Amino acid sequence: MFSGSRKSREDILITSSRSKRKEKVIHGVLFIVAFSSIIILFAISIFLFKEGVPIFKEVSIKDFVFGHYWYPTSDPPDFGIFPLIMASVDVTALATIIAVPLGLLTAIYLAECASPSVRQVVKPLVELIAAFPSVVIGFFGMVVVAPFLQNTFNIPTGLNLFNAALMLSFMSVPTICSLSEDAIYAVPKELKEASLALGATHWETIIRVTLPASISGISTAVILGMSRAIGETMVVLMVAGGAALIPSSIFDPVRPMPASIAAEMAEAPYGSNHYHALFAIGIVLFLMTFVFNFIADRISKRYRQVGAATL
Amino acid sequence: MAELSMGRIRGLGRFDTESKKADKTLRKRMMKQKVAFFFFKTAVLINGISLFIVLYFLIVNGWQAINWTFLTSMPTDSMTKGGILPCITGTVLLGIGSMIIALPLGILSAIYLNEYAKPGTIVNIIRLGINNLAGVPSVIFGLFGLAFFVVVMHMGVSLIAGCFTLAAMSLPLVIASTEEALRSVPDTYREASLALGATKWQTTYKVVIPAALPSILTGAILALSRVAGETAPIMFTAAVFYTPSLPKSVFDEIMALPYHVYVLATAGTEIEKTRHLQYGTALVLIVLVLGLNLFAICFRARIQKRNMR
Repeated sequence: MFSGSRKSREDILITSSRSKRKEKVIHGVLFIVAFSSIIILFAISIFLFKEGVPIFKEVSIKDFVFGHYWYPTSDPPDFGIFPLIMASVDVTALATIIAVPLGLLTAIYLAECASPSVRQVVKPLVELIAAFPSVVIGFFGMVVVAPFLQNTFNIPTGLNLFNAALMLSFMSVPTICSLSEDAIYAVPKELKEASLALGATHWETIIRVTLPASISGISTAVILGMSRAIGETMVVLMVAGGAALIPSSIFDPVRPMPASIAAEMAEAPYGSNHYHALFAIGIVLFLMTFVFNFIADRISKRYRQVGAATL
Repeated sequence: MAELSMGRIRGLGRFDTESKKADKTLRKRMMKQKVAFFFFKTAVLINGISLFIVLYFLIVNGWQAINWTFLTSMPTDSMTKGGILPCITGTVLLGIGSMIIALPLGILSAIYLNEYAKPGTIVNIIRLGINNLAGVPSVIFGLFGLAFFVVVMHMGVSLIAGCFTLAAMSLPLVIASTEEALRSVPDTYREASLALGATKWQTTYKVVIPAALPSILTGAILALSRVAGETAPIMFTAAVFYTPSLPKSVFDEIMALPYHVYVLATAGTEIEKTRHLQYGTALVLIVLVLGLNLFAICFRARIQKRNMR
């Protein structure tokens, strides 16, 4: 009996050391898997640079970024992407100007004014807008919005900067709305109650207390919305018009960076200068979104609202 | 605001005229509020109306194109007639394939971050990586897929290259939703299991994951819907204008719904003539993607209701 209990004790010891080893293996595996995102991010940057940098043997970085002419297939070719950068910046800026009021006002309404039942209906609807495939938005812009714009404003083509900005704003409203709604909703109740107790109206409380308290979250939301708009491909590919010119009016056709990559990659022979130039555009785009995300991350970390005490 | 309220307090019970004045300013302030709230409602309305308009045009114009033959036959007459069977098959295969790759990686990453890792530099670096990966534009994933999977890995333009590219793109989504699901499991569950002598992995595997499973699945469905609607990542890696037959192996080129919409709408020889096919394909894609989303939203609402009880 004595030896029996000793044996089972040994058993327990053995299994416990075995399960300890198993735990260690599992921990190690999970640790490695957790790095997969970083590995992918690294791989993306390595391959972008590997395929994009060779173009700078042909043109200097300065001529590439600030060159005014993008004629990659003519002889001799011109690899100046300044018109593409300007197109991306203009389209994104205009889309933001349209999307921020819509997204932000909707967010305030949802967080502050809406009754729970309205909130329950509107929030999923906003999420549904976010779920639209971009190619469908692009298609809609092509076949419905473009003819409409052409007839209403009497312009040569409905496929232009304004149309692209409209479609992009439709896509970035949900991002801006749901992220800023979270920020506004998270403002501590004490702050609002204090303001109301001092006799301020609900609107005065919103504009002078709630919004200032959630401004970091709102700015993060706006920047992430912009980052999404600048990287969006299908919409600008289908509705921006495709002319690689620096726009002089909002009804000019343009060719933003993602559109150029997507439209020309199929016809650029593997390993040609054109191919490398398209990857170099990818680098510029990648760096721009990287900067946007970095700023958003910084703002949300530095000015994080943790409670009433931090104000 | 402080001045205003001081004024009102002083105004209280002093002179009748002053309180009338305060009344007047109050009325003015309430008017302001009404105007502001009107703008809020207008913004919501504009969003709702634009959603409605987009859906309206797609449904009204796409409805006539859709019938059984459209869904179950191959395109004919250089894609001006016939159906979209290979596109539906392609999109479904892409969705399943990319989830087979992304779900294990994403869920295990999230388990590490939420259950195992101690807060510190390494976790911060991993999170930074995930956030930045989430912000990479979809066309960049396409470029990466082309340079790595198609060329370096010798996969060619194929189903499997597309699956890997889409999996890389959806990984941050899966991680984020799984982490949220794991966070919503109360710590008491874990403590109870550990107190019974279970190891960390036993606790995670038998207690935490089952409790979080419905939410994890919801996240997976949302990631799937996102993958199904993406065009840019598969343009150079998987999708082609036309394939004469359904894919037979993972190394075959495929057709996909979103790319088909794009091709028909921009590159066809008879764009006007295939308009009804374009609307039909777009509607099928929308129904697929929004259907998955609605399912996920309803599913999540049910979980939340159950958890409230």
